[in-house]
Amino acid sequence: MIRSVHIPDGFIDGPTSLGAGVVSAGTVTVCVRRAGAALEERQVPLVGLTAAFVFAVQMLNFPVANGTSGHLLGGVLAAVLVGPAAGALAVTIVLAVQSLLFADGGLSALGLNVLNMALIGALVGWSIFAGLRSLLPRTRTGIVTASGAAAGCAPVLAAVAFTVEYALGGNGVASVRDVGTAMIGVHLLIGIGEGVITAMTVGAVMATRPDLVHGAAGLRPGPAEALLPTGTAS
Amino acid sequence: MTRRSVWLTVAAGLLVALVLVVLVAPHASSSPDGLERVAADQRIDGGERPHALDGGPLAGYAVDGVEDDTAGTALAGTIGVAVVFVATFGLLAVVRRNARRRAAPVG
Repeated sequence: MIRSVHIPDGFIDGPTSLGAGVVSAGTVTVCVRRAGAALEERQVPLVGLTAAFVFAVQMLNFPVANGTSGHLLGGVLAAVLVGPAAGALAVTIVLAVQSLLFADGGLSALGLNVLNMALIGALVGWSIFAGLRSLLPRTRTGIVTASGAAAGCAPVLAAVAFTVEYALGGNGVASVRDVGTAMIGVHLLIGIGEGVITAMTVGAVMATRPDLVHGAAGLRPGPAEALLPTGTAS
Repeated sequence: MTRRSVWLTVAAGLLVALVLVVLVAPHASSSPDGLERVAADQRIDGGERPHALDGGPLAGYAVDGVEDDTAGTALAGTIGVAVVFVATFGLLAVVRRNARRRAAPVG
């Protein structure tokens, strides 16, 4: 049986939740416009697939330490597959459906959850991916490595964001330092899972349909394939 | 690339997602996740209120009326995959069409 895994109502006070809601709503609106303007018709079902896949994998909690589990957040995966704006939108829809249909993640905390997982994951995560990609060789291995490493950072960034939200409006007596240390510690472990799942998924799509991976746009098929260390030109 | 081959990829991908929610999700770890664990350890969950939609037919990734946990999770996951796909595809299709309509009518 699957538990509720996102921030519930009442962890963070009303004003902070509302503030996060305003920031998230504004940013998601920009993402919707960008995605609507940038996407080609053939990419629209791929964004749907990306969202559905992230939803499915979020249900697969994996054990990270004794008695604790973690699950994919999916922001970096979505951004690498369909681009940061469409990726942020995909994960936002996952979180909205989880809250509205499955009662996972409080309604008042939706803005917090969207900010921490969809927006920070897809937008900040994409910047990390893009930075790493520019440092690594422009090959399949380079793209997969950059995806995995950027994804590994995402849960830690989400934990930092939660800690900031707790500092601003947490309904608890524990010190911000204690909460931050515990959150970042466990999310470092979850980051390993996030990185592995993301790298495996991006690798699998790259192996079959590299032309569908937004983050691999600079990778030219054809003669460039000969440069791939794995040499798996199809 | 043809439009058809994209839909083949989408169909294959959705199949993978369904296999994951039906065959793997019921056996996923049911330990508290990172946030829940920290919240319990640090006792910052005192203010937690029950979800407003806790009584919903799919609350907690189970299905009302389905007693078996495995079947309930698998069915809830299948419904979720379908709803998320349709919602995302539908929203973007509409947004994209409107964006195209507002832009200069080039073709």
